[in-house]
Amino acid sequence: MSARVHSAPFDLAAELAGFGSGAGAIVTFTGVVRDDTGALAALEIEHYPGMTERALSDYGRQAAERFALTDWRIVHRHGRLPVGDQIMMVATAARHRHAAFQAADYLMDWLKSRAPFWKREIGHDGAARWVDAKASDEDALARW
Amino acid sequence: MTLDVLYFAWLRERIGQPRERVETAATTVRDLIADLAARDDWHAAAFSDLSAIRCAVDQQLADLDSPLADAREVAFFPPMTGG
Repeated sequence: MSARVHSAPFDLAAELAGFGSGAGAIVTFTGVVRDDTGALAALEIEHYPGMTERALSDYGRQAAERFALTDWRIVHRHGRLPVGDQIMMVATAARHRHAAFQAADYLMDWLKSRAPFWKREIGHDGAARWVDAKASDEDALARW
Repeated sequence: MTLDVLYFAWLRERIGQPRERVETAATTVRDLIADLAARDDWHAAAFSDLSAIRCAVDQQLADLDSPLADAREVAFFPPMTGG
């Protein structure tokens, strides 16, 4: 049960070693920097040191309580991440798959719109553009 | 009251600094914004559209009408884009 924020890459296999021991179901989600147009070189992710760690821990604890998780982990990177790099991961462990899937979905909805990260797209030409929040991400939160 | 005010993402860029120490009599976040917007053109521009502003009081997400009470740190930023 932990939340971490750092710039260094993470190793999904290492993160899952020993994770959720004794659980019947483990779900993981990994977000990756994607390039839809061929113009993107990297994302730059800014965050709010101090608040970020606190918010992620709060959301993890809320998910654990709501979905009776036996374990959870959130890892989120910041800084400059080239296309193809892993941005973040959540892992949830529960007795049954339904709770583990739902908890991962819940955590992703909270991370998208309520964790203090801001993405900026950096193009191959060096141009930078802040990514706008999506109304659909905000709507997704209302499900919970 | 003395507050540390922090700015992130394009708010930081528009205001031209990541943080500043502010002496204010504001009692709510909205009052504090009015104080800050009156400082100069950069602040006024940054706070011109409140629908694009989110905030945190002492590192907890807050509303514009949240009281400042004994707050020490207030942060302003655009809607978050994590995940």
